[in-house]
Amino acid sequence: MSVTAPSTPAVRRAWAPYLLSAPALLLFAGVVLIPIAMTVILSFHDWGQYKGIEPVFILKNWREIIDDSYFHEMFLRTLRISVLVTLIAAVFGAPEAYILNRMRNPWKGIFLLVILGPLLISVVARTLGWALLFGGETGVINKALLNLGVITAPIPFMFTETGVVIALSHVLMPFMVLSVWAGLQRLDPQVENAALSLGASHATVLRRIVLPQVMPGILSGSIIVFALAASAFATPAIIGGRRLKVAATLAYDEFLNTLNWPLGAAVASLLLVALVVIIVGCNRLVERRYAQVFQ
Amino acid sequence: MSRNGPLALAYHTLFVAFVLAPIVIVCIVAFTPEGFLSIPTERFSLRWFRAIAQYPEFIEAFWNSVWLAALSSAIAVGFSVPAALAIARHDFRGREAMTALFLSPLMVPHVVLGIAFLRFFTQIGLGGTFVGLVLSHIVVVFPFALRLVLSSAVGMDRAVENAAVSLGATNVAVFRRITLPLILPGLASGWALAFIQSFDEVTMTVFIAAPGTVTLPVRMFLYIQDNIDPLVTSVSACVIAVTTVFLVVLDRIYGLERLLVGRGQQEGV
Repeated sequence: MSVTAPSTPAVRRAWAPYLLSAPALLLFAGVVLIPIAMTVILSFHDWGQYKGIEPVFILKNWREIIDDSYFHEMFLRTLRISVLVTLIAAVFGAPEAYILNRMRNPWKGIFLLVILGPLLISVVARTLGWALLFGGETGVINKALLNLGVITAPIPFMFTETGVVIALSHVLMPFMVLSVWAGLQRLDPQVENAALSLGASHATVLRRIVLPQVMPGILSGSIIVFALAASAFATPAIIGGRRLKVAATLAYDEFLNTLNWPLGAAVASLLLVALVVIIVGCNRLVERRYAQVFQ
Repeated sequence: MSRNGPLALAYHTLFVAFVLAPIVIVCIVAFTPEGFLSIPTERFSLRWFRAIAQYPEFIEAFWNSVWLAALSSAIAVGFSVPAALAIARHDFRGREAMTALFLSPLMVPHVVLGIAFLRFFTQIGLGGTFVGLVLSHIVVVFPFALRLVLSSAVGMDRAVENAAVSLGATNVAVFRRITLPLILPGLASGWALAFIQSFDEVTMTVFIAAPGTVTLPVRMFLYIQDNIDPLVTSVSACVIAVTTVFLVVLDRIYGLERLLVGRGQQEGV
């Protein structure tokens, strides 16, 4: 080895991680960061029916979103739907994860597959199922209930907020079960048994032992479900249709029907910023509150 | 381990019914002999499955989806291997930020990505092309590929590599003959998960697919927006059947929980 050699391996080791990740980093810089930056810039451009996109810097689109009550309604609806879906997923998904975790083995595996499997099945196919069950007079359940004389008019589902909330809860439910279930795996069943043997009732054990320990799982599941519900597109587009728009379908309409790209870009940028603020904020809160559980 | 009471089991039954109802109804209605949406009461018919053959746009979209998913997942896995090795084995400045960047497609709404790609690809002349679709899908499935490759790279025993080095193996030989075979299960499952994610992606793709490059979920989505009929139901039933087979195979080979949760935290419990 030459005299200068000793420094070379160390230098090479220092550079190694950057060299190894360089291809992926370049890809992400080129295909994620630049396009998103371009979208944010696009939201400040002007647009006219005949002149198309004009590359100037104006606040017109942002002002329109902030001032126009049409956009307020849309974003409030998106928020309302996301909050409801998150609550439904937490209230119904968490107990199911707990029950699943107490099952014996062949059943545990089978039902875990049944409940988590739909995550990988096309969202379009799953939403179509809801349209088949409740869609207007052709909906299978509506038709059956009408024939039985239980109802006189079909239960409104398509083009209603209730319909979007139920279908989205179904689509996103597995994320909540998965998150709570993962949290339950860290729980030592002996603690539960200890509490029982010391005379605690089942209700007390649930409230004082199980719930505090699965809370981080419920909260991180809630963050995931909320984020996905707020940005959901296919389900609100199919169930809500053109009449019941949310942020994502609004951006889609501006882009592909009205062709007002700058305004669509502003809607998308606002959605992105709002979500990042909410997610990062909630993550901070959850981590601070439950710091000891995450260790 | 304690058992669930009757109340818990009743709840569980209702829950499973809720989860399965929309999926099962698609598969049942697909067999209707009628020309409209209905539950087949007297007999099952393959009429609407045969009808798919007369709609080449579904067949074409299916093959577009398969090629797109296979190609973009393979490239994503290729990019993720060196990145995963860097994250798993080195402690360096910017490691956290870099990991966050690589996982960001999970957090950025797909609508935003779709809009960003539409603008970007139109500007650089890739609008509506297959190359554009592949590039966008690589990025979107990258987090899934990275997570599984990373967990196999972290769990790997490095003593074997050290032994090879001490016996005089070159870096290339160590990687090709030791490292790669050891992380191969992670690569395979990462590819499979990425494949499904790409195959199902609709929100982003709907913005950037042109008539010739439309994928199956996008074709189904556009069709449903116009009208819902037994044809799109039988196409959906086929998608559900194929995905379910894929799912059960993956579960047998790798374990669905490990695939979705990330690490095999649950082993001995």
